[in-house]
Amino acid sequence: MKSMNLKAAGLALIVAAATGTSASAQLRVVATTPDLAAVARDIGGNLVSVNALAKPTEDPHYVDAKPSHIVTLNRADALIEGGAELEFGWLSPLLENSRNAKIAVGAPGRIVASEGIRMLEIPTSFDRSKGDVHSQGNPHFLIDPVNAKIIAANVANHFAQVDRKNAVVYRSNLAKFNARIDAKLAGWQQQLAPYRGAKIVTYHRDFVYLAGRFGLIVVETLEPKPGIAPSPAHLARVIGRMKAENARVILVQPFQKRKTAETVARQAGAVVLDIPQQPGGRPNTTSYFDTMDYIVTSLAAAFRTQK
Amino acid sequence: MRGCVILCALGISLPAFAQAQVNPPKPRQDSVARSDSIARADSLALLQLLEKELGQASADSSGPATAQAPRATGGYMNIGFVALVDAGWSTEADVPSLQRGDHDPRVRGFTIPNTELTLDGAVDPYFKGFASIVFKLDENGETGVELEEAYVLTTSLPANLQLKAGQFFTEFGRQNPQHPHSWAFVDQPLVLNRMFGPEGLRSQGIRLSWLLPTPFYSEALLSVVNATGGTTSSFRSEESPEIHGGVIDARVVEGFSDLLLAPRLAFSVDVTETQTLLLGASGAFGPNNSGPSARTRVYGVDGYWKWKPAAAQAGFPFLSVQSEALFRGYEAPQRLSVDDPAVTLPNETLKDRGVYAQVLWGIQPRIVAGLRGDFATGDDAAFASELRRDRFRVSPNFTWYPTEFSKFRVQYNYDDRDGIGTDHSLWFQFEFLLGAHAAHKF
Repeated sequence: MKSMNLKAAGLALIVAAATGTSASAQLRVVATTPDLAAVARDIGGNLVSVNALAKPTEDPHYVDAKPSHIVTLNRADALIEGGAELEFGWLSPLLENSRNAKIAVGAPGRIVASEGIRMLEIPTSFDRSKGDVHSQGNPHFLIDPVNAKIIAANVANHFAQVDRKNAVVYRSNLAKFNARIDAKLAGWQQQLAPYRGAKIVTYHRDFVYLAGRFGLIVVETLEPKPGIAPSPAHLARVIGRMKAENARVILVQPFQKRKTAETVARQAGAVVLDIPQQPGGRPNTTSYFDTMDYIVTSLAAAFRTQK
Repeated sequence: MRGCVILCALGISLPAFAQAQVNPPKPRQDSVARSDSIARADSLALLQLLEKELGQASADSSGPATAQAPRATGGYMNIGFVALVDAGWSTEADVPSLQRGDHDPRVRGFTIPNTELTLDGAVDPYFKGFASIVFKLDENGETGVELEEAYVLTTSLPANLQLKAGQFFTEFGRQNPQHPHSWAFVDQPLVLNRMFGPEGLRSQGIRLSWLLPTPFYSEALLSVVNATGGTTSSFRSEESPEIHGGVIDARVVEGFSDLLLAPRLAFSVDVTETQTLLLGASGAFGPNNSGPSARTRVYGVDGYWKWKPAAAQAGFPFLSVQSEALFRGYEAPQRLSVDDPAVTLPNETLKDRGVYAQVLWGIQPRIVAGLRGDFATGDDAAFASELRRDRFRVSPNFTWYPTEFSKFRVQYNYDDRDGIGTDHSLWFQFEFLLGAHAAHKF
């Protein structure tokens, strides 16, 4: 009886050890934003645990450099940042204090999503009278599904370097991710095909890559220049242009001032669409695919009713 | 962790276990070299696949409007320049007696009490470098230059350690290490001015920091720096007779105990998804020059709480509370009075304390209303120092940030100095920033 108990206890220990190990063997991945985290989850599967620093409803340009983020970064095996100065205002002091060589610049664990992306709106001169323009181009590129593939490949490549034993899994997950993007993209393009050339207005220049991919035209932004608060004179001009060009849809993210968009929409006979770019910004949008589904479906519905 | 220990004891390496989940098990006699070459082959195959994927992707992405190749930006360092331009009026004609901080507005009319040229970047893979050179106008309109900070910071020490070396603001409390342009008010809190002088506490030396392996943020820091000079006001400063009233004892540095030691502990937790609390306790211990073995001990506690909703716009709205309380024990042995050498001041310990608390409300994007209360007091002593009498101040202010690179601020100070009376001051401040804008710490 005694030996039975011992055996059972031993077995329990081994099971506990195995379970504990598979959890602790996971790569600890930190992504600056939830969309990058979603891609990382698809590529890493159950081999990774992923944390996003920014909340889904938070402006990725203005995240507080909270001390808890230092702890998260200190214990990370890999960091995925948007790059192109998206996190310029908050990431560097966190990294400075995180003291983690695994995510230092140039380490396999440091993944810069903007690498390999064909950046849009790269300024020809650096001049802040043009607003808070990012010197490496517009950093809101993940909303183009083709860019998601480039980022996924980048992530898979780095995961394979950090965790070489599981390279094959990351490769296979990447292939699945790409196949899924290809299939979904065909559907999304089909959904939006009838509205090619449709005109939209956005708050910030954060839907430029989406517009490029699906043939939409961003006629105006409510911000007169990137990062500059809307002025009445500029909004009056926007309303005039919307009427002249028959632009009937204004896109806003959760952290942008909806009231301003509503005022413009009322004057211009348009609708305001809540389009969070981050997974988790709406209920039931946990993955990149859910989020894009939501965005495309909402846009198609809005264009249909506004036609 | 326990699981790892047990598995390791059983002779199963973690990577092997992880691999077994996806690959057929390989014979145990596989050499390290062989498994490495397999991994390399995997990587090569992956690279080929990735190239193919990227090639397709590039071809696909020809759709969107004009695209250009990304361009590397910046040089080997970031250069920034920030200027604080002040204007205003006070009922006290001798403004520097009221606004004692070196970067406070110190004249009726216009002044530029602080501009900073900041340089920072990676020195090499092991160090980061930072320098801040201050140019300022004093109350007579004369230009002054200060090497405010110049230090290197290690990037890759083991065991979560980090070393800073050079000249730097001592990490005591919350506001002392902050540069004037990130202050929420136009002037230095009274208690920090009293304990650390018009420039704040900064000196030359080293600082070791350890990020503790706790589930929440906790950091232990120890600075060991020189205790001499105008920026170590409570210690061996030339201006110390203003505190103790005696003739300076010109001591030399004889040993470790003649340096200034400043330990600090800081903790932070996210109380909820939208609230963060940061608490700290600091000390500063070193010699002062009122006598051959006189010492000063400064103790401080600080707290910062911030609320910001999950869907804030450009970081607004928010509500924050910050407070610091400090206590100083300043040993002053029997000494000759600096005012009258015929007078001998008695052996005593000068005890001072003070507190400030400030509330900031980010009402809507780029608009902040602030309110600060200040109180400082000192126990009676043989020498009646201006710097130790009771003082109370209330400062409401209002700041508008047209962008992150400029700000307008207006602040009213109600000042009550024991034995002098009340004063009223109204200050305006304009700040502009060129070049690199260093990200703010929490």
